[in-house]
Amino acid sequence: MLYREAGDFKTTYRSDQQTFPIKSERFLFWAVIALVALAVPFFINDYLEKAVLIPFLVYAMAALGLNILIGYCGQVSLGTGGFMAVGAYATYKLMTGFEWMPMPVIIILAGFITASVGIVFGLPSLRIKGFYLAVATLASQFFLVWLFNKVPWFYNHSATGQITAPPREFLGFTLTGANAEPYATYLFCLGFVFVFAWVARNLTRGRIGRQWMAIRDMDIAAEIIGVNPLMSKLSAFAVSSFYIGIAGALYFSVWTGAAEVTEAFGIDKSFDVLFMIIIGGLGSILGSLIGAAFIVLLPVLMTNIFARWLGMSTEIAEHMQITIVGVLIIFFLIKEPHGIAALWRTIKEKLRLWPFPH
Amino acid sequence: MFLTDPFFWEVVISGLLAGVMYSLVALGFVLIFKASGIFNFAQGVLALFAALTLVGFMDGQVPFAHVINEALGTNYHHWYETPGGGDGAPIWFVALSIAATTAVMILLAWLVVKVVLKPLVNQEGIILFMATIGLAFVLEGVGDLMWGANIKVLDIGLPSGPSDWIIDQTGMFVNKLEISAAVVAVILVVSLTLFSQYTKMGRALRAVADDHQAALSVGISLETIWWIVWSVAGIVALVAGIMWGASSGVQFSLSLIALKALPVLMLGGFTSIPGAIIGGLIIGVGEKLFEFYIGPMIGGATENWFAYVLALGFLLFRPQGLFGERIIERI
Repeated sequence: MLYREAGDFKTTYRSDQQTFPIKSERFLFWAVIALVALAVPFFINDYLEKAVLIPFLVYAMAALGLNILIGYCGQVSLGTGGFMAVGAYATYKLMTGFEWMPMPVIIILAGFITASVGIVFGLPSLRIKGFYLAVATLASQFFLVWLFNKVPWFYNHSATGQITAPPREFLGFTLTGANAEPYATYLFCLGFVFVFAWVARNLTRGRIGRQWMAIRDMDIAAEIIGVNPLMSKLSAFAVSSFYIGIAGALYFSVWTGAAEVTEAFGIDKSFDVLFMIIIGGLGSILGSLIGAAFIVLLPVLMTNIFARWLGMSTEIAEHMQITIVGVLIIFFLIKEPHGIAALWRTIKEKLRLWPFPH
Repeated sequence: MFLTDPFFWEVVISGLLAGVMYSLVALGFVLIFKASGIFNFAQGVLALFAALTLVGFMDGQVPFAHVINEALGTNYHHWYETPGGGDGAPIWFVALSIAATTAVMILLAWLVVKVVLKPLVNQEGIILFMATIGLAFVLEGVGDLMWGANIKVLDIGLPSGPSDWIIDQTGMFVNKLEISAAVVAVILVVSLTLFSQYTKMGRALRAVADDHQAALSVGISLETIWWIVWSVAGIVALVAGIMWGASSGVQFSLSLIALKALPVLMLGGFTSIPGAIIGGLIIGVGEKLFEFYIGPMIGGATENWFAYVLALGFLLFRPQGLFGERIIERI
């Protein structure tokens, strides 16, 4: 008897407006949270951590950020990789420059630094719209990657041009470096994603989120009814870059531990995150998470199927994988252009009425 | 002082010729965007796919050979040897291969319209854009599976190497291949313009570009028009693929030329064929001059981003690009 509203009475405005208005949905949500936060850390291993869970959490963070910009504010951006690089390099500079600083502070600060860069690159959005803007954001992608590659100060003049995360502890748990414990890094990333998914959910249904959506749906009309396009667009760029910066910071410090900018933050990152929010669902917090899970898990799954079970050579397996990802993207767009989140909504509607069709 | 510097002119000319190459790719974008409002990200991969197919026909490769061999343990590789032996294929064979590739591109256009675009009619621009990215993935994967991912040499007998005549006359170093690319681009643009201005089909194309619904109401089939447009874009991609493939080999990086064509589009406007050409020339000259004079001061390799920043600067003053249709917004 899932998703029954009968008997679930609301007596206050607050309880009527909560994120999960149905009791069983609330229960399901907290059960999932309890499972991922309390049970998973006990059986997590290195493979699960580095290949599945941390990538998922990092990309979920980036997808949340991009979804705020594209899904809620309607400003198409292809500069995600560049902004992730800003987050990563800010983390690196902070970690090596201020050794006493605790990790969460560093990561939040990296987010703020990325946000300020995002505002600068968001300025053209006031004048340029639609696909012109999408192409214009590629300028930030290419320029930022070039900058981090060419200015030695950003990578502390290291000979390889790489940045490497020094080992850091937080509350006695090693988070970065070779000795980091899988459960510690996992819980650290999970904490960030949980908190900021919650923040994003509440931002998007508040005043500022409604401004974003008004701009998305028709910016001139929004301007006429008194929404300030400057503030809304730039705040969307700032918040989105903040999230993406945190994703980049976690990507570098907790997940890979080392990064080379052209390789790690190339344009394919931007497209990956864009796929996530399109497949997951534009303008949906849940969609960002589902999309991230989908895009992260799919290659892992396919590598296992093609290379391990069917014994194909890696080259052919790789090409098969690209083809199948492409086919799936097209398939999803045709079947459900509003993403898996819309599918989930339909399922919920059906569940509420089950076993009756209408 | 600039104007008398032979280096300056050499840089300008190489920029112009590089710009022509960018324009070739940008043309394909413009054609599709005008006729269907689709921002076709797959244009670069289309060029790669066309070039791979052409090389496949020229070498007589068996498609999917390495997949079949691995699955069945056989050893297929070639249907036939390239006629003419080592010193270049005869012209009839090149023409035949190009014709066969054109047929493949037209078939591909039909498939794309039937399988991808038709179910997505009336979707938002971003959904269609994503679909073309999906298409780019599929084409890349299938192209590699069909013909193998190794770097291939494409030689259809175009002249190459530095032009002695220009060196004698002016002392400048200009590659013949780039000159032939410029000539081909001019021919292509002229024939496209003639096609769209003076043929019945071209009129139908312009009608669709102008207003989908009005075109439908006078009995123009959207599907057929899209098929034609994607075929033409496929052929333009083939030309671009031949030119780029002849100068730097056919390999995955060929598909990245799409990224070089995007600032050209921004600058010229998404809807203007002359814009694609002039935008390409401005971008080509601009990035070469910047790299030559300012690049060394700030570490070089500026070509990746300079085009975008230049285009961005232009857009701040003209949001629709140099030649794009004026954007009129109504509520």
